[in-house]
Order: sequence, then structure tokens, then C-alpha cells
Amino acid sequence: MDTTPPETVGAPLSPAGGGLMAPATRLERCVTGIEGLDNILSGGIPRGNMVLVAGSVGTGKTTLCLEFLVRGAERGERSLFLSVTEASDKLIQNLSTFEFFRTDLVTNGSLVFVDLPILYERLGLEHEELSEDEIGILIRTIRDLVRQLGVKRLVLDSLTSVGYRIRRDERIRDFMLRLGLELSDAGCTSLLVSEIGPTPSRYSLHGVEEAIVDGVILLWNARRQGDILRVLQIIKMRGTSHSQAQYVIELTPIGLLMAPHLKGGQMEGQ
Amino acid sequence: MAPVDIGERLRALPGGSAVTLKLDPREYADHYFAVLNATLRDVGTETDAHTVYVTVTNPASFVWGLAQALDVPPERISFVDAISHIMMDYRNPLPNATYIESPRALEAIMLRIEYLLRKNPHPRSIVVIDSVNSLAIHNPPELLTEFFHILLNMLKSRQVLTVVLEVSDEEASSVETMLNLVVDETIDVAREGA
Repeated sequence: MDTTPPETVGAPLSPAGGGLMAPATRLERCVTGIEGLDNILSGGIPRGNMVLVAGSVGTGKTTLCLEFLVRGAERGERSLFLSVTEASDKLIQNLSTFEFFRTDLVTNGSLVFVDLPILYERLGLEHEELSEDEIGILIRTIRDLVRQLGVKRLVLDSLTSVGYRIRRDERIRDFMLRLGLELSDAGCTSLLVSEIGPTPSRYSLHGVEEAIVDGVILLWNARRQGDILRVLQIIKMRGTSHSQAQYVIELTPIGLLMAPHLKGGQMEGQ
Repeated sequence: MAPVDIGERLRALPGGSAVTLKLDPREYADHYFAVLNATLRDVGTETDAHTVYVTVTNPASFVWGLAQALDVPPERISFVDAISHIMMDYRNPLPNATYIESPRALEAIMLRIEYLLRKNPHPRSIVVIDSVNSLAIHNPPELLTEFFHILLNMLKSRQVLTVVLEVSDEEASSVETMLNLVVDETIDVAREGA
């Protein structure tokens, strides 16, 4: 019988990504439940990681994040969606069109939605630009929510919207470092949505966010002979070997599906 | 008799096999119907399998009409239709079909096959690609080779029988050469005596 604890089992080397730089020990995983994503992450996101999900409009960021939460709630991991841009009612209504969603996950409290604008109002964070104290209040409120509810998966949609109220680079850096620490301490794996342009030169509003997070999942619309393909690529993920290849995704009623992005012998830029 | 022979040969293949069925363009109609009979009825219905039919040549509604003539139950067949959109013939979508905007969207074809296989979990599944020639009209050979290499390996790992239709004359084309690299067997429908 193998008595090795799961966290010390050797990590499998992925064909790309990890290679010789793969960690010698295997960290506990947060299995996303999205089969293709778990495969290219060698089993899932290392638990407690804070991951940026960056992409332009209509690339599937929110749907990916919602599926991550639903799959988690189904596995008994309480999941929290912090919404800045869309009202929870509308999100739940959209979710109900997916076969993988179950309304009872919301009614039994496994999947919790919180509208951040309402939270801002209750906390009295009404200034257009948040002060250092107000940022502290926001972090403590999220921390308390996570601790009190025992949240193991969190999505912030979007970090960009919060970033508009934390205008200075050093403050967004501080916000993310402190939030990341609190979430990691609570064993909570988080996805932070980052809205970027169609031809991005960076993965976030301020450009400092990607350096702080543990992982970056990039989504964009690629074109082939005029047709648009939704493409996903793991840019970085601390604590695991991972694929660095590009994958075409489709948001189907049964969830996100992935297939290799065909190149037909063409290299990028050809 | 050709249809029976093709059906028997397909049934005898181990799970996860990939096979090309070569049709003679001079006897296309006869061969095509023989192939449908063999794949959809002899192998599909009679072995209690679910068929995912990828159609790039004719709209799904046309193939479904022929399948109905062969008494194929609707719950035993799903379509990935990659031609109706491009033909602007999308008025009456079939309930057992999923439509792709362009035959150039090869990844979308892979993903819809995956979707339908998951939606219809079955101990035995068949995927029919109709046809490699139509895909070759819209896609460069290198892209098509990559597509077939990945798709057939994915289906092999799931123990899915894959049948690729190819309309071919006597001279070996680049498409035929490519297919020979990725399939396990080629059945020449003409030589089977259709």
C-alpha cells in the first residue's frame, strides 16, 4: 500500500510546460471539474492559488469562472461569486441555461452570490477612489465572508472593475498581496477576472496584477480565414507543471470543452 | 453482396479502429447508399450503437432522410452539420443535429463530436466523417492532416469506431496519402462489389 501523503507524491511531468522545471512535490489540487482544464493543469489548480482569468469581451471568462464554482459546489466546496459588473439575479438566470447548473446549489447555500456594489454601499465605500483604509475594510470584509462561510472557491468578476476604484499601482499591488494571503490562508482558490483589449500588451488594467497572482489563464478570439475561434492558454501557474499550448474552447450546455488549436504547420506570425 | 460485406467487415473491427471507406465517383449514389446501409444499419442499429454523423457534403436533413428510409431510430443518431450554414440552408434545423458555421472550423467539429459523445454515452459509438474530400475543399492539407491525427487518436482512446468516407478515383491523391497515415484500414467499396 502506498502510504505517501498526497502532497508529497511526485508530480507528473507534462509534455510541455513543466519539463525539468516541474516541482519535485505535488501540491494539493483544487480540481476545477472542467475536464480539459484539469488535464492541462496536471490535475487542477494548486489549492490556495490566486489566478487571473484575462480576456477580451465575449471570450468566456465569466462562464469559465461560473463553471469552476458550480463544479466546486457539487464537490462540497462552498463557492462564492463576487459580482461587480452584473447583478446576481441575471447571472443565475444565465446559468440556468447550462445543464451543469443546479438551482439547489444556490438555495442550499453551496453557491453564494454577492453583489459587490451592494457591499460597497453597506460598508460606506462610496468614494470614487478607495482610500487605503477603505481598501483595508474591503479586504477584511471579503476575508470574513470567506472564513465565516468556509468558502473554498472564490471568483471576483471583475478585478478590473475594482481596479478602477483603486487607481494607484502600489495600492492595487497591496490589495492583491493582502487578499491573496488571506485567501491562501483560508485554503481558498480564487479566480480574478481581468478585462483586457482584443490585442493586449498586458493581462490586466494596471499591468502589475499578473506579477502578483499565482497563475494567468488567457482567453482571446483568434481568427482563421475570417472565422473566429475562442482560444485558451495557461500563461503561468505556480506550483504545477502545465501545458503551454493553445486550446480552442466551446461553451456547451454540458460545460466548457477544449480541443487543441490546430496550426497546420504554421508558426505564430507566419 | 457489398452492403453486407462492408457491414461485416466494420463489425469485425476492434473498438477504437479507424477505417476509410473509398467510394467510386462513377457509382457514387449506389456506393453512398451502400455505405450508409452498412454504417447506420448493419453496424449502428444492429449492434445497438450510437452514431455521430459529421456531414460536410450534404446537409444533415438529407442524410437524415436516407437514415429514416433505413429505419434508423432518431435516438441512435446525432449529426454535426458543417455545411448547412455555409449553404445558407438553415431554416429547419433538426432536433438531433448541431450546426457549425463553417467546414473550416475544424476544432469546432472536434468539440461537437466530443459534446455529442458525452451527451449520448453508449457502450458502442461510431463517428462517420462524410467526407474527407469536402473537408479538403475548405482546408489546407497540413491543417487537415493535423485534424485527423488528433481526432482519430482521441476517438481511438475512447474506443469509438471511426469511419471516414473518401471519394476516390484510381490515382492516389494527397488526401488519400494523408488518410493512409492515420487510419487502420481502407475498404474499397468498389472492390467489395457494390
